[in-house]
Amino acid sequence: MYRYDEFDRKLVIERANQFERQVKRRLSGELNEDQFRPLRLMNGLYLQLHAYMLRINVPYGTLSSRQLRCFAHVARRYDRGFGHFTTRQNIQYNWIKLEETPALLHELAAVEITGIQSSGNCVRNITSDQYAGCAKDELADPRKYCELLRQYSVLHPEFSYLPRKFKIAVTGSPKDRAAVAVHDIGLRMHRNEQGEIGFEVLVGGGLGRTPWIAHTIRKWIEPEHILSYIESILRVYNLHGRRDNIHKARIKIIVNQMGIDKYRELVEAEWQRIKDSALKVPAEEIERIDRYFAPPAYAKLGDATELLGRQRKASREFDRWLDANTVEHKVPGYRIVNLTLKALGKPPGDIDADTMDAVADLADRYSFGEIRISHRQNLCFVDVRQDQLHELWQALDALGLASPNLDSITDIICCPGLDYCALANARSIPVAMDIRKRFVDVDELADIGELKINISGCMNACGHHHVGHIGILGVDKRNEEFFQLTLGGSSDQNASLGDRLGPGLPQSAVPDAIAAIVERYKSLRSEGERFLDTYRRVGIEPFREAVYGKDSEKAVA
Amino acid sequence: MYNGRPMRMIIANRLNDGRVVFYKAGGGWDIDIAAGAVIEVEAEEAGLFAAAKADEAGCKVVDPQLIDVQVDGGKPRPVAIREAIRAFGPTI
Repeated sequence: MYRYDEFDRKLVIERANQFERQVKRRLSGELNEDQFRPLRLMNGLYLQLHAYMLRINVPYGTLSSRQLRCFAHVARRYDRGFGHFTTRQNIQYNWIKLEETPALLHELAAVEITGIQSSGNCVRNITSDQYAGCAKDELADPRKYCELLRQYSVLHPEFSYLPRKFKIAVTGSPKDRAAVAVHDIGLRMHRNEQGEIGFEVLVGGGLGRTPWIAHTIRKWIEPEHILSYIESILRVYNLHGRRDNIHKARIKIIVNQMGIDKYRELVEAEWQRIKDSALKVPAEEIERIDRYFAPPAYAKLGDATELLGRQRKASREFDRWLDANTVEHKVPGYRIVNLTLKALGKPPGDIDADTMDAVADLADRYSFGEIRISHRQNLCFVDVRQDQLHELWQALDALGLASPNLDSITDIICCPGLDYCALANARSIPVAMDIRKRFVDVDELADIGELKINISGCMNACGHHHVGHIGILGVDKRNEEFFQLTLGGSSDQNASLGDRLGPGLPQSAVPDAIAAIVERYKSLRSEGERFLDTYRRVGIEPFREAVYGKDSEKAVA
Repeated sequence: MYNGRPMRMIIANRLNDGRVVFYKAGGGWDIDIAAGAVIEVEAEEAGLFAAAKADEAGCKVVDPQLIDVQVDGGKPRPVAIREAIRAFGPTI
């Protein structure tokens, strides 16, 4: 894992001290709310419906057990005993007191964690594949590039007041688990014929009220040039991005208004000017950062096929969990384990302090003390010995973290919605919990297979509803909550935006509508065909009819 | 409704901890909606809201707003779902 150097440490402590002084000035009246708001937002502090909400970065979703224990402590000491993991691989606390925030930030700084740039019109937390460094299909570990970008973008003076927020994601695998095509900039790693690593650069993706899949602005950039190329993209955006209309300020609007060819032309011209400047990254610097991500001391093991076979036979539950929640590792004898935070009766992504502590203990025991956060609001242990999987499964089961539902219909991405968020129009968590309750039969989950539901409580799309296989968007119609369904979205390497199914449904009708879509899928699928593939083959009409009946044409009116 | 106009209350977040609070008839704020002033007479509204805004300037609260309420059995309840959730907390 990356460990702070003296510069990081100094910066974070100075920033906590600075914010302490700013809070004092706000509480004394020296600063009014208009003056204070941008300062608190730059430290991740929002004022939501019920209290202040603090968003804390987990850089590229990698967390140590020590840091997770600190999160548990923060939950107990400063919040109401729980936290919420987000689609930016961050954690949010919903019940923070302004007057206690400086002390909280100092406690986080002690474990090398901050809220810097988790909000505001700047480069946000760089996200990545939660399996980085361990995935069998990975070309190279993307975290060294994420860390390089983190160091480059934190408090970058030129990019602290961009027209709007800016999100970057990096994947090192052809199978995209980092949703790079719906980011302002997405970096997709490739290997050329000489065996060298480079990146395809995508730009102008995003969700929100105007969703776009990103365009490829450059098919290949060498790692030494990623900073200069990203700086060129940011400069063109900073210059041309609209500051007069918040809804038109994201880079996706400029790229799509201007056209990708024109945008590329401007970026390339800027890049030619700066590519050989100090932004050119020496190979030694990438290697230096890479050393922080050296693999842990793996034991020399073979795959435990025979043992796992016996354990599978002895327990149907273990067998199901192994199939659903664990993933192949690049090192023989190891496997990646997912802990879905989608338990029955719990808001998606929420985790209480005691469970955080227990997960930290299990990480120490079974996965080299490291935990990953996925953008699907789940946790992962990425380095588990196959011969310890059964033991770990039992421990997770005791914590309620062994539901075999990864990427299933109950592994729902869900924003906090109107229960917490000041921007939301509708409650998203109760919808997620109702759907979760509807699909409790684990055999049925296995039969349905991969079907990702994403729920947002407003068009800002924090729940990424546009790219859910089934997307659900909460809207307010004259003080009543309705939910619009979209089908066919995806954030993977074949990203697509969902198509609107029909008029909004009341909350009570959503679980039935989902069940009707599932039944129609089952009747239409061919052998082994995923929901998304069936949808792409047959189109929306059969599903529209399943939800709205024979008169489904009226549904689109 | 009272004499053809909705009844109103003043809601805000307390500055130091962000908690949702309601402006009281005699001045000051309370986290319990039942302790807040229900404004029935339009003529009273401007004065109370000005006092609430003065508390904003005095760093007691953030963003005071007038919200419509209904009173059932003597208990006020915000009309808008959003404000009801603010008043009574998350529904999950």
